[in-house]
Amino acid sequence: MGEQTSRRRFLECMGWAGTGLVWTVSGGATGAAVLGAAEAAPRGKAVVTPFSFVQVSDSHIGFAKDPNPDARATFREAVAKIKAMPDKPAFILHTGDVSQLSKPAEFDDADQILKQAGVPVFHVPGEHDMLDEGQGKAFLDRYGKGTLGDGWRSFDHNGVHFVGLVNVKDLKAGGMGHLGEAQLAWLKKDLAGLAASTPLVVYTHIPLWTIYADWGWGTDDSAQALGLMKRFGSVTVLNGHIHQIIQKTEGNITFQTARSTAFPQPGPGQGPAPGPLKVPAGRLRDVLGIRSLTVQPGAHPLALADNSLA
Amino acid sequence: MSHTYLRGGLAVAAFTLALNAAAAAPVAETAKVTIGNFTFGPAALVVRPGTTVTWLNGDDIPHTVVAADKKAFRSKVLDSGDSFSFTFAQPGTYPYFCSIHPHMTGKVVVKAS
Repeated sequence: MGEQTSRRRFLECMGWAGTGLVWTVSGGATGAAVLGAAEAAPRGKAVVTPFSFVQVSDSHIGFAKDPNPDARATFREAVAKIKAMPDKPAFILHTGDVSQLSKPAEFDDADQILKQAGVPVFHVPGEHDMLDEGQGKAFLDRYGKGTLGDGWRSFDHNGVHFVGLVNVKDLKAGGMGHLGEAQLAWLKKDLAGLAASTPLVVYTHIPLWTIYADWGWGTDDSAQALGLMKRFGSVTVLNGHIHQIIQKTEGNITFQTARSTAFPQPGPGQGPAPGPLKVPAGRLRDVLGIRSLTVQPGAHPLALADNSLA
Repeated sequence: MSHTYLRGGLAVAAFTLALNAAAAAPVAETAKVTIGNFTFGPAALVVRPGTTVTWLNGDDIPHTVVAADKKAFRSKVLDSGDSFSFTFAQPGTYPYFCSIHPHMTGKVVVKAS
């Protein structure tokens, strides 16, 4: 065990280069971080068995400006990459901003493209998915089956507990992302019965850690949510929103923000505003991508691969 | 005949009066806020009651204009080049934000000068 612990290494940020954060995975799976094996629990003692899943984010169907004249085309390429994976993923998590303007045709096209992957998709909304007259009703009508409240949900797969959180509803002037009391109360109940050894995967749109407050890149009341997760031995938080890969580890929680399939954004505070980052056409696909994650029993952090569309 | 003439003359006089009244009334004022680089410019705007403020989205990303109390006014989503107008009848301070990017804030101060 001591040897395992000493071998435990975490992801390390390596510094800025160009438009995104370059980072490397060191050590990979450690087998040392699953705690609380002796705890008794009414549920959640399921045995973890291997599987993989995919995260896609910020498809922004309908976006057609510099640097990407056709976000549908790049989303199609992303889904083709998923379809071509040698090991079929169990499902896809879409971490929000499916659409650019919440238009029915944008959601329709996104669905048609995603369907090609041939696996189930679980959605959480981004702020661009809340722009219909009903302020999110269109999204919820379409993707909300089996969810609670504003679209949050949890489910279990092969011994891993997945939690989809909504942090783009009813945002307040001057604030950042927001979970709200009702969702936090639900989360507390949802996690209460789980053994601490249960691996958690939390997926949401806006980062749950504050990457850059001046641009709203954080969630105001995330501390309460993260507090509920601290006791777990393996927590992976996946999000989108900022269209670039940034990673951070805090105790047993790893935070992973993902690329968009539509356009990149500047690094935190790099430039006057977080608008679409203009890159030459030949470089666009280098900075768009999808993410695959592999679950192995006793492995934390999850093995993760970010694949560009190039 | 004279009766008819008189009536016609009155009608002309009334029309002229109406024109004069319209010219004498204060012209409805307008003001503009431009959205660019995820900011409202100017961030604070002072106008007189009755002013119609128009926000123009000059950014390459959609924005909204929503009163901080979420009641006084709320635009639909403004894509690039879209605009939204609201007439401020009552004096007061009206803070607002972009509901998509809530770190974007501004205010309209309405006061009789």
